[in-house]
Parts: sequence; C-alpha cells; structure tokens
Amino acid sequence: MLTDEMKRIIEDSKKTGWVLEPDAKKLFTLAGFDVPLFAWAKTPGEATSFAADTGYPVVAKVVSPKVLHKSDVGGVILDIENDEQMRGVFDRLSSMEAFDGIVVEETVRGVELIIGAKVDVQFGPVVLMGIGGVGVELYSDTTIRMAPIERKDVHSMIGCLKARKLLEGFRGAEPVNMEILVPLVVNFSKLVMELEGVIESIDLNPVLCSSTRCVVADARIILT
Amino acid sequence: MYFQKVFEPKTLAIVGLSLSNERHPANVIFNKNHFRYPVKVFGVNPRGGMYHKQPVYSSVSEIPEKIDLAVIAVRAEHVPAVMEECIDSGAGAVTVISGGFAEVGNRELQDRLVAIAKEARLPFIGPNCLGIYSTGQVDTFFLPSERMVRPEPGNVAIVSQSGGILVDQMVKFAGQGIGLSRAVSIGNKAMVTELDMLDFLSRDDMTDVIAFYLEGFGRGEGREFVRAAGKCTKPVIVMKAGRSPGGVRAVSSHTAAIAGDYPVFSSVLGQFGIVEARNEFEMVSFCESLSCYPRSVTGSVGIITGSGGHGVVAIDTCAAGGLNVPEVPSDLQETLRAKLSGSIQPIASLANPIDLTGSACDDDFVAAATMLSKMEAIDSMIVLLLPYLPDVTSDVGARLSQVFRQEEKPLIAYVPHVEKYRMIIEGFQLNNVPVSRSIEGAVLMVEAMRRCLPC
Repeated sequence: MLTDEMKRIIEDSKKTGWVLEPDAKKLFTLAGFDVPLFAWAKTPGEATSFAADTGYPVVAKVVSPKVLHKSDVGGVILDIENDEQMRGVFDRLSSMEAFDGIVVEETVRGVELIIGAKVDVQFGPVVLMGIGGVGVELYSDTTIRMAPIERKDVHSMIGCLKARKLLEGFRGAEPVNMEILVPLVVNFSKLVMELEGVIESIDLNPVLCSSTRCVVADARIILT
Repeated sequence: MYFQKVFEPKTLAIVGLSLSNERHPANVIFNKNHFRYPVKVFGVNPRGGMYHKQPVYSSVSEIPEKIDLAVIAVRAEHVPAVMEECIDSGAGAVTVISGGFAEVGNRELQDRLVAIAKEARLPFIGPNCLGIYSTGQVDTFFLPSERMVRPEPGNVAIVSQSGGILVDQMVKFAGQGIGLSRAVSIGNKAMVTELDMLDFLSRDDMTDVIAFYLEGFGRGEGREFVRAAGKCTKPVIVMKAGRSPGGVRAVSSHTAAIAGDYPVFSSVLGQFGIVEARNEFEMVSFCESLSCYPRSVTGSVGIITGSGGHGVVAIDTCAAGGLNVPEVPSDLQETLRAKLSGSIQPIASLANPIDLTGSACDDDFVAAATMLSKMEAIDSMIVLLLPYLPDVTSDVGARLSQVFRQEEKPLIAYVPHVEKYRMIIEGFQLNNVPVSRSIEGAVLMVEAMRRCLPC
C-alpha cells in the first residue's frame, strides 16, 4: 500500500522530524483518503488564484517547520471571503517564524473528529478516535484500540464516545455517514501498520464528517 | 517450554543450603518442602555433610535422582555456574531466588543466565523472585511455614512480578475464601514471562481463572500477551501498577498526549476481553466472582433485598458502573406475588429491586431468585441478604445456592461478614456462590463478568 511517492515524502521530512501539512495531505491523498481541495501557496497571487478557482469562502493555514500546532499561534484562519481578506491573511501569516507559504483550501463543514495513531512501546500501533477540534485534549472524549482493527471495532469505538449522539444526528443535524467513516478508520489502521517503523504518532484532526463526506482537513505525522 | 514438572515436581534440589544458618532462605525452603509437601528434597552445598539427618550434596550433579526443579539461592555471581551444573545433570527447570541482577543494574550477569538457559532450553524463573507455590504440591517461597497464610485449594492462579504483592494476595484470598491453584512470582522475568505463564495456565487442569499483577510489559510484549489472553477460554484478570503518565514529549501530537501508557493499557485490555482490576479490592472481588462463574454477561442485573435502603444503594452502584437493572414485567410480578408469604404479599415491591421487606422468609428469597432466573432480560442476580431479619434462617445460603444449581444464572450474595453469620456465608461459599462483604463488592462481582466481554 505504501507507494514510492509516499515513502519519498516521509524520507524528505525526516530532517524536520514531522511531515508538513501539505506533504501529509499529499500522502493521505495518495493513500486514498478524502482531503479538501488545497494549494500550497508561496505568494498572495497563488492564494487568490486558487480561491478564484474553488470559490470563496476558503481556509488558510500557515506552513512552517517551526509551527506544529497551528491554532495555538493563530495560524489557522477560517471563512476568508474575498481577495482583499486573503492578501491580508497572507501578509499576517508570512511574519511567522520559518514561514514557508500557506495552505489554502476549500471550506468543508461537518462534525470535527480526531482519528489518530501512536506506536506504543508495549502494544505497538494503536488507533485513537474521538471528538476532535482544538478542544480535543480538553474534552478527552476519545477511545483507543490496538491496530489493526476491523469494522466492528470502529462501531464499538463510536459506541464508547460520550458524544456519540453528535455522530448520530444530534438535534436535527444529519447523521454522519457510517458507510464512509467506518472504512476510513479501518483503512487508517492498515496504513498505520505499514508506517509502524517510521512514525511516533499521527493526528488527523479535524476529520470533518457529514452525511456525504469524511474529509481529512488536517494531518500531522510525527516521525521517529 | 514445559512447566508441568515445575508446578508438580517429584524431586526438588535446594542449592545454597546453609549448614549453620537455619534462617537462610534455602533452609526455610528445604524444611517446608521436606516436612509438608509430597516431594523428595535434596540439599546442595559445596561443603557437603549432613543436615537434619539428610545428606547434603556437594553439587547438583551428585544427586542420585533426576531433578524436576532446582531452587537456586546462592549469591548472584555463583548462579551461572550452578545453572550449568543443573543443565549438565538434566534438571527439568530452575527458579533463581537470588537477587543482585537487573534490579540493581547488574543486567550483564542476568543476560548471561538467560543465554545459558536458552541454549539448553531450560525453563528458568526469576531471578529475584519467590518462585512457585502450587497448592498441596510444592512451595519455594522463603517464608517460614508458620508465617504463611495458605488459601484453600481452588481454581484461581496468580502470577506476579512482585513477590510481596503475591503473598499479600494469598492472605486476602484466604480471608475471602477464594481457592488457589498456583501462585508464581516471576521477579525480573528474565526468561520466563507472563506470556509463558499464560500459555501454561491456560492448559492447566487445576486452573480456571488466571490473575496477573504486573508493572509493565517489555517492548512489543503487550501485543503478544493480549492476543494470547484474548484467545484463552479462561477469564484473565490483570492488575497493573505504575500509571504515571511520563514519557510524553513536550511538543508532540494530541494522540501521543492523550494515549499515554496507562490509557492504552486499559483500552487494549478491554478490547480483548481481559478483565482489568484497578485496585486490590477489585482484584479480590473479580477473582472470587470469576472462580465461581468463569463466563461473561452483558450486565443486566436482578436485585433481591430484604431492605429498601439496600436496594437503593445497590441500584445506584449498578447505575454508576453502567450495569442495567431492567424492570420486571407486571404479569411476572403478579405471578411472584402469589407465591410469597401472605404477610408480605401486600407490602413487597417487585419491580426490581425486588424488595421483600423485613418480614420475608427463606421461601420468599428462593421464590424471587427462581423467578428472576427464568427472566431472559436478566443475566445475573444480586441478593442482599440481611441475616438479622427474624424469619431468615441459617439455611438460606445453601437454599439460594440450589437455585443457581438448577437455573444456572449467576447469583451473588451480600452478607455482612461477622462471625455469627458464618453459617449463612458458608452455605453460599461451599456451594460455589460468591459472597461479598459489601454491596459495592457484590456489584463489582457482576462487573467482573461483564468485563470478560470484549468491548
């Protein structure tokens, strides 16, 4: 399942210690995951031209080998409505340490989940799933299984979440499409088994889940 | 590795026997086995001579019989040579009591022992351990016989890294009337690990429940252990000590921050239907429950009580633990009501908890337990038995146990543990029905069966 191109992304990221978001998204695209349409823009012009193709609103995120947690430093801007805002955002993000462009991407909506993995000393690769977003460690509504896992394990993981009703269609919202989410987690666990030797941990956070898509909106791969 | 002879040896060598110090660990082990167990014991000391009218052999190779188990209690630096002797004379297995290895930083010496034992395919338990206690067979613990508390023979085996915790658990087993098959302290687990013990005990006819106290697994060892334990048809209970979060790097992923050692450990045990005991109280409750009912339930509980208050406490405790207490349908309630004593018919409430009131007699408890046993929506029962109720007799334990015999639905009793109620308690325990000394403990006993279900 690991293609040469995926291996090359990991190899090239080793000096940073983790895989930059655009590269990580590339890797997950290659592995067959649904990722938002995005561009890695190095100039304001590249950013506005991507937005012109996709249509506003868009999301912008800083790319920097020094910024692992982008939200913590104000490096994620949602709902950019026009070219003027886009240029302002680019200008602001470009002052960040070790700035290496921005990711501009389509706006996707859905329930924010985290799907993660860690290579545990005692048990090897484990998969984590739960309520994602910036408050993930605050709510700590997550569940863990040893990888690889099967479909029934994903159902049991969802059943363990306190906020599982959010996925089942809470207060009139459409339920998350389990026919998409469940195989996504199973495939993620398979990929993790193949990456066991090179990763310390992975966060897919948020994975934006709705009745039509489950989109990996951000990916963080920490290498060994 | 072959362990049958380790736990049921016919011949035992004690290496390191002292001719002058009666309190030497080797002497304690020699004496207790020589006097109390059906095993031929041979003392070994390089100086030879006589000890308690028995010849002392100058080396293991001098012993005229083939040795099933050799207990080595000499100074650490002499252990490799003794182990070579054991191998040369064809000993079946070795347990190294001596300390002074990896636990004090002397890993090299320990690795040498492992290399020697592995090459000869000699099972080697320890070092730095108490070794083996096999009920009625052998006891290599260097604790004087008169100080030991020995549980009744039974079907629970305990494996522990720590010898101290192991002995403590045995005291608690004895106090709670839990029967023991084998107890093993694996110490530094240099060669024989939890996984080897799991493999042996899962096939051991004397054992139905396997309990582990452990401080952690080596690299990747946990993965193998949970896979094997998940396949084991006997309940496996694990209590882990050492839950400090340490090891998470300051800047890392959310996943690494959340999935620390202990959360992973706990989740993975649940995934494979291994019963995690979070403290000693749970450990003892789980061992008692599963030794009587080595099976899983989904946790739908029927509660029978002679006091409304006890029923309320039990239902609260069940709810806090995520156990269901389904309501008894009204037609069944009325059928039961007709079978109860005339005096309680108008006052008993039968929805679940079934409150038979302080005027209930043995027959009423039996009628209620029989009815709940036949209800499909209920898979376990808790009987809160108050022996001070005037119409409850000392037969009630034995009589309720009969209900389990006939209907086979797990039944757990709560009886206050004071001496004057002993006959009721034994009425349950001798009939293999677990009895808790607290309501909370009784609920934990149901929880034990529920944790056997993989989640």
